[in-house]
Amino acid sequence: MIGLLGKKIGTTQIFTDDGRSIPVTVIEAGPCKAIQVKTNERDGYEAVQLGFDEIRKQKNVPKAMLSHFKKTGVEPQRFIRELKVDGLKAGDTLTVDIFNKGDRVSVSGISKGKGFQGVMKRHNYKGGPGSHGSMFNRAPGSIGSSSFPSRVWKNKGLPGHMGSENVTIKNLKVVDIKKEQNLLLVMGAVPGTRGTYLVIRKEG
Amino acid sequence: MDAIKTIDEAYRRDVPSFRVGDTVRVNLKVIEGDKERIQSYEGVVIAMRGHGTRETFTVRKISYGIGVERVFPICSPMIDKIELVKQGDVRRAKLYYLRGKKGKAARIQEKEQYLPTAERNTV
Repeated sequence: MIGLLGKKIGTTQIFTDDGRSIPVTVIEAGPCKAIQVKTNERDGYEAVQLGFDEIRKQKNVPKAMLSHFKKTGVEPQRFIRELKVDGLKAGDTLTVDIFNKGDRVSVSGISKGKGFQGVMKRHNYKGGPGSHGSMFNRAPGSIGSSSFPSRVWKNKGLPGHMGSENVTIKNLKVVDIKKEQNLLLVMGAVPGTRGTYLVIRKEG
Repeated sequence: MDAIKTIDEAYRRDVPSFRVGDTVRVNLKVIEGDKERIQSYEGVVIAMRGHGTRETFTVRKISYGIGVERVFPICSPMIDKIELVKQGDVRRAKLYYLRGKKGKAARIQEKEQYLPTAERNTV
C-alpha cells in the first residue's frame, strides 16, 4: 500500500475535454518525511511514521518530540501518522509523484463539527408533519417496545454530538496532479473544512 | 486559498474581455452523432457571476419574438470562440430589467470609444 499526508485546500470545478464540468477538491499532498520505520522485530508491526507540514519555530515543538525528530534529522512536522508503506527508510521524502492521473484514492480526515443535533439531521429520521396542527415535528418518536426488553437497545440512534469524527471517503478519482505545487485534484468531496489534515491512501 | 486561485488560473481558457451590457457572439460546438459543427448565439450579456473556472455569463436575445436567455460557463470547452460584437454603455451589473422591456425600449446604448487623453487632444 502507498499513501501520503496532506491538507484540504478547498473545492472548485473544472471541465473535462468532452465538456462536462466536474467538482474537484484541491489537496496539498506532501512532501512527507519518513520520521521512523517501525519493524516487526522491534515494534511488532510494520509501518512508516510519516510527517507533514513543517513547524518552522522550534519553540513551538515539545522537547520530547524535538528529540524524536532529531533522531532521524528531520525538521519538526505538525501532522504525524503511520502508514504501511513499503521500502522507505527514515529520512526519505515522499511526494505527490506516487500518484498518477486516474488513480483511485481513499481520503480520511476529521469531518466538520455539527454540534448537538437532533435525530432528523443525525440519523435521518423522518420526523413528523410540519403543519396542520401537528406537534410532532422533529421528535424521534418511540425508541423501543415496552415490557420486553424494558430498556432501550444499544446503538439506538438518539440526539447527540454530530461531526468532528474520523471519516474516510473511498474510491475518489485523481483528476490531476500539479507536481511543482504539490497539489492533488480529486473528484468529489473530502471530509473536513479547509485546512483539515488528511491521510490519502492509494486504493487496491 | 491561494492554491485554489492557481488551479483556477491553470484551467482558465483564454476568453476576450467583455462586460455586462456588451453584445457578444458565442460560437458553440454542437455534436450531432459523430459530427461536430459550430452554432453561433448572439445577444446581450445581462449578467456575469462567479469567478475563476466557475464564472458564468448570461446572454439574452430575442428569437422570433421570444426572449431567450442562455447561461454559459466561461471556461466550458464547448464554447469554440466568443466574439465581442458591440460594447454597451450600462450602469448596472445585472440587466434583468431588460426582461420587462420590448423593442426600442430594450436597446442598450453603445459605448463611445474612449480614447486616452493624449490621443484625444490631437483629434
